[in-house]
Amino acid sequence: MRLDWEIAKRGWRRYAAYPWATAAGVFTNTIFGLLQAYILIAVYRHRTNVGGFDAADAVTYVWLAQSMIMTVYVFGWWELALRIRDGSIATDLLRPLDPQRYWLAYDLGRAPYHFLFRGLPPFALGALIFRLHFPSPLDALAFLLSLVLAVLVSFGFRFIYNSAAFWLIDVRGVITLATTIVVFFSGMAIPLRFFPHVLREVCYALPFGSIIQTPVDVWLGKREGFALVGVLALQAAWALALLGLGRLVLRGATRKLVVQGG
Amino acid sequence: MIEVEQLSKRFVVRRGRFRRERHVVQAVDGISFRVERGELLGYLGPNGAGKSTTIKMLTGILVPSAGRVSVAGLDPSRRRLELARRIGAMFGQRVQLWWDLPLLDSFELLRHVYKVPTDRYRTNLARFREVLELDPFIQTPVRQLSLGQRIRGELTAAMLHGPELLFLDEPTIGLDVVAKQRVREFLVEINRRDGVTVMLTTHDLGDIERLCDRLLVIDHGSLIWDGAIDQLKERYGEERTLIVDLEEPAAPLAVDGARVERVDGPRQWLRFRGSASELASRVAAATRIVDLQVQEPDIEEIVRRIYSQGV
Amino acid sequence: MVEPILVWRRLVGAQIRSQLQYRASFTLDVLGSFWISFVDFLVVLTIFHNVSRLNTWTVHEVALLYALSSITFAVTDLLIGHLDQFPQKIRDGSFDVVLVRPRGTLFQIVASDFATRRAAKALQGGIVLVYALGGVTIHWNVWRVLVLLASLPSAVVIFASVWVMGACIAFWTTDGGEFTNAFTYGGTSMAQYPFDVYARWLRRFLGYFVPLAFVCYFPVLYVLGKRDPLGLPRVLDFASPAVALAAACVAGSVWRFAVRHYRSAGG
Repeated sequence: MRLDWEIAKRGWRRYAAYPWATAAGVFTNTIFGLLQAYILIAVYRHRTNVGGFDAADAVTYVWLAQSMIMTVYVFGWWELALRIRDGSIATDLLRPLDPQRYWLAYDLGRAPYHFLFRGLPPFALGALIFRLHFPSPLDALAFLLSLVLAVLVSFGFRFIYNSAAFWLIDVRGVITLATTIVVFFSGMAIPLRFFPHVLREVCYALPFGSIIQTPVDVWLGKREGFALVGVLALQAAWALALLGLGRLVLRGATRKLVVQGG
Repeated sequence: MIEVEQLSKRFVVRRGRFRRERHVVQAVDGISFRVERGELLGYLGPNGAGKSTTIKMLTGILVPSAGRVSVAGLDPSRRRLELARRIGAMFGQRVQLWWDLPLLDSFELLRHVYKVPTDRYRTNLARFREVLELDPFIQTPVRQLSLGQRIRGELTAAMLHGPELLFLDEPTIGLDVVAKQRVREFLVEINRRDGVTVMLTTHDLGDIERLCDRLLVIDHGSLIWDGAIDQLKERYGEERTLIVDLEEPAAPLAVDGARVERVDGPRQWLRFRGSASELASRVAAATRIVDLQVQEPDIEEIVRRIYSQGV
Repeated sequence: MVEPILVWRRLVGAQIRSQLQYRASFTLDVLGSFWISFVDFLVVLTIFHNVSRLNTWTVHEVALLYALSSITFAVTDLLIGHLDQFPQKIRDGSFDVVLVRPRGTLFQIVASDFATRRAAKALQGGIVLVYALGGVTIHWNVWRVLVLLASLPSAVVIFASVWVMGACIAFWTTDGGEFTNAFTYGGTSMAQYPFDVYARWLRRFLGYFVPLAFVCYFPVLYVLGKRDPLGLPRVLDFASPAVALAAACVAGSVWRFAVRHYRSAGG
């Protein structure tokens, strides 16, 4: 437990060490938030409701999504793949420390940093410029829980696609494709509620919907009572499933390394 | 070839993360020296002494704060492009070749960058391929080369356009003994045969012993030694060591003009100045000796002494 | 003048040859590049699944904007996209190597890489262009052809100028690279949609000051013969080449200033 805490601190520190990078990131998030907000506002000139979102919901969604990007780490995360590529993973596997647990602890140290320093600032800026929806206290708590679960689901997925580096020499293409899938099917690029009905439901069922759209829905109060419990349970289920799948992948990779060598 | 007069470089360094405090660092403080054509000289100094900064000013990368510098008759910071054609530079820790391309492709590109006439390029390339044994890996992408192979490639790249002057920044760093030897032989050859002036900065004292006729030592921005290696040894290598093997272990010898540094069974290490033979006869008079040797001072010790004491 | 182009062409040839050697990873790279940019168009389609017009613009008209912005940005990305790694070059001292060679610094940086896979982004733009042209009626005349043709290199130059200026940040702080992304990737995203959806202050900042409105909005208005919802002077439709030229001059000056700073303040 103590070790996990130390690793988490390392994760935090790795990103806290570059304040200018964080500032630059906040700026970029803000710009993209502005662009997306105005585009969606233009959509709502022609309609009042799209898939359950009204204009205020949509604009809030924009700033929530931008704030969540780094916390949940939607765009390509490479660190594990790099370690595998340069061979240091071999020494990691020799240590009495489970790699998945290590990287999970690391990610859980990183996420709070991004939540505070890449998440709050853009949202605050968005709230200054636009009128955003704020949740009831219960919904706010549920949102935080949903956010944590989203980080877990995202981590589970990222761990798996980074592990491709055990088998492929050049993982850039895989990571780009994985990122594309997450960006589109999580509701990051556009709310899932804008999708045609069937596609929307499929995305909600897949782990990707749990990464962005579900927390947003919770914040906006679109999920109440049993429905709320249901989506949180689905997030938790996917988190467990992906982590479990990651363990299998790791076992396969370890076996490959031992048999074939790096 | 190189003329440096009261050369200085001042940096404003800012510490801290967001709000940074100003801090002036005098990296190079009024150094002066001359290098004639055909010399092979070493440039030594502890980390942060100002070595890299000097080289950067000589190659035109950095503009001096004060002083005058002339390389091949040109002012490096003003006539950078012109000077670039006549010098070659190799920075041991930085890659100047194209990472994803085969070595040969990098050479071809450099040929065009430097506008080297085809026949001269071919001759040079053939020669370096032979001397540095590049053929086994000349088609391999640079990112897949071992350090030793990459360094050999980088050296070739630096010399392809036939420069008169070559700057090397830590060329043998990280190399194994065999590779170091190859690099050193190459440098000696281009210096003796082609008359290329070579200036190298290094932490490797083996490089200095084997390559350099002359040594410049810089510390805290000032030049604390400029002269031949032998002179350095003479000036600072005052103390030598006489290793004496006695017939049987004994107490540390008390001999005039020598001080026992170490005792290990029958062997004793004596530090002394002046004549070795005189000391030997004094020791022989005092006790029974089985064997003795004289140990010359090595550069490492000398340089360490210079660093810690100053001039 | 011709000479640098020969050097650059050699690099391109060598890179293409080298990258095609690793066919499996190249294919994956190309697929990745294709899809990550095509997603933006899927977003456009999703929007128009829910509305029939965005302000006064139909899906095909927006597709045209998207296609032109996307293709020109892809070309720029192909030529100088590696500027995103420029902070790393400064950090590890590789820029010094550039200063020791007898060529202009910007030219060397531009000619240091060529990532063939990025051509896939232009391909997806091309697909969207075909779709767009299938749904709009354009009354072609000489002027419209000229304006459209002139807008393409102008757009590339404008994007390139923004990118180069952004890269200069690396000379002062190597961690601030992402600032540039807001203008390069943000810029192309902005240009993919009708300019009139954005609020006035944003239009001023990201459309005129950073002259992204001239990338395709004005030329497309002219080519489509569409009435400008913002009611701006028509002469702006022809301004792209002039704006591109001005942007290039500014970018060149900023770069030269930045290199001068690097050479006096130390690597």
